[in-house]
Amino acid sequence: MISKRIVLKFPHRLADQPIVCNLVKYFDLEFNILKAYIIPKEEGLLILGLSGEEGNYNKGINYLKELGVIVQSLSQGIIQNSTRCTHCGVCITVCPTQALILDSHTRKVHFYENKCIACELCLPACPLRAMEVHY
Amino acid sequence: MTKTITEINEKISKGDVVVVTAEEIINIVEEKGVEEAAQEIDVVTTGTFGPMCSSGTYINIGHAKPRIKLGGGACYLNDVPAYCGFAAVDIYLGCTQLPDNDPRNRVYPGKFEYGGGHVIEEFVAGKDIKLTATAYGTDCYPRKKLETWINIKDVNEAVLFNPRNVYQNYNVAVNLSNKLIYTYMGALKPGLGNANYCSAGQLSPLLNDPLYITIGLGTKIFLGGGVGYVAWQGTQHNPTAKRKDNDTPCVLAGTLAVIGDLKQMKPEWLRGTSFQGYGTTLTVGVGIPIPILNEEILRYTAIKDKDIYAPIVDYSEAYPQVKPGVLGEVSYEELKSGKIVVQDKEVPTASLSSYSKAVEIAEILKDWIKQGQFLLTEPVASLPGPESGLTFKLLKERPIE
Ligand code: SF4
Ligand code: SF4
Repeated sequence: MISKRIVLKFPHRLADQPIVCNLVKYFDLEFNILKAYIIPKEEGLLILGLSGEEGNYNKGINYLKELGVIVQSLSQGIIQNSTRCTHCGVCITVCPTQALILDSHTRKVHFYENKCIACELCLPACPLRAMEVHY
Repeated sequence: MTKTITEINEKISKGDVVVVTAEEIINIVEEKGVEEAAQEIDVVTTGTFGPMCSSGTYINIGHAKPRIKLGGGACYLNDVPAYCGFAAVDIYLGCTQLPDNDPRNRVYPGKFEYGGGHVIEEFVAGKDIKLTATAYGTDCYPRKKLETWINIKDVNEAVLFNPRNVYQNYNVAVNLSNKLIYTYMGALKPGLGNANYCSAGQLSPLLNDPLYITIGLGTKIFLGGGVGYVAWQGTQHNPTAKRKDNDTPCVLAGTLAVIGDLKQMKPEWLRGTSFQGYGTTLTVGVGIPIPILNEEILRYTAIKDKDIYAPIVDYSEAYPQVKPGVLGEVSYEELKSGKIVVQDKEVPTASLSSYSKAVEIAEILKDWIKQGQFLLTEPVASLPGPESGLTFKLLKERPIE
């Protein structure tokens, strides 16, 4: 048995297909949707708890990847390095879950870990490399 | 009511100078009016902290024993190539330079984790830097190879010399295409997915002295956490750019070339910076004091975000192909609200330059002046202003037969 929390990013063309149901149908996996974000006409984002027999689990993940879904693991290992962060704000429009917010009063960027889904989009987007992942 | 720089400097020396930041001046003028504020306030400090690609440092590493002439050879600092086409041991490192083996955009989008800007940050921080060089050897400079650590405290000179910094206003970058693009204005999402801007607006140095009345050649400034000077107008200085009634340009306009002793600067104000898919650069902190010589100058420093406009430019087609036309104009107040409207679509905004750090710079400069550590300078010559007729030209390509 294997059970993981993962982040799936769907390109627009796949957003309306029953992909997750197929994971159950073809690979006998169980899923639990933690969060879903669908941005109309853009990409979709799904965070799942996914479990099943190991071989099936790996086949399921491969099936997703072959379809063009980006699969990432969810982790709480994301931190904002306060000595590197300049509070520019580049990351705020990159973060899909509004875990990075510019305080309009202090003009500082706050990181709300509880909203972070560890998608890691902010890591390469931050010009100061202040967002770090520590697994 | 007029004052001179000499009078203001006397006040600084006596410790009774009145200094406020370009943000604080806004409310003061609203409360007291221009006339009273101009009497009371002696200096307004400005600040900006953003990526500035035309930045670099020249270093005289000192003569080796036996001697080596790097000029005409090759030289690397932490594997990043430095320019050595000067006298024997003078080298220049630009912030956008990359190690030869960096994959660049071959794996798209390139990460650009380390380049000249990062070397400069580490050098200023006092870290040892690996220098490797090869030369062809001469009778007076026989050596052909050099490999050593260098440290900022040991080199003869280390000077930050940036040919173009402190842009007076900048574009707001958007993407009209249907694919994600990676630019020097950050990653731009398709279909107007986001809008990135890069100016401190009401706190930005050249927006507080839009006609370059007080800022000129030789003006003493805050540069990279230390003291520097305006050396010249920056490259692409474009004083004849379109302006609003309040004289602030509503497109890219003036720029400054700045210089200062790197040895007294601080790594927190000179940061190696990486733009995914684009390259490396240096985020530079600059602060410029504006002497309130008269009411006109004060009125300029009281400019507000809502009265400064920036052009919205498509970076998928118009910018790279140099096509005319902008998608509109927005004020910095709108940009800082977090969203703007472009072609009837609400677009979230983000800044590349840090407003909170710009405030910090203006505050530091204010403290230096109040504590009598920083006297103001009279410019030795003016920057070319709108009357100069100077404009910014594109390259006219001519075929080589
Ligand atoms: S992009 Fe990086 S430096 Fe800028 S606010 Fe976000 S975490 Fe901080
Ligand atoms: S990893 Fe970064 S971009 Fe992704 S949710 Fe967390 S903070 Fe936002």
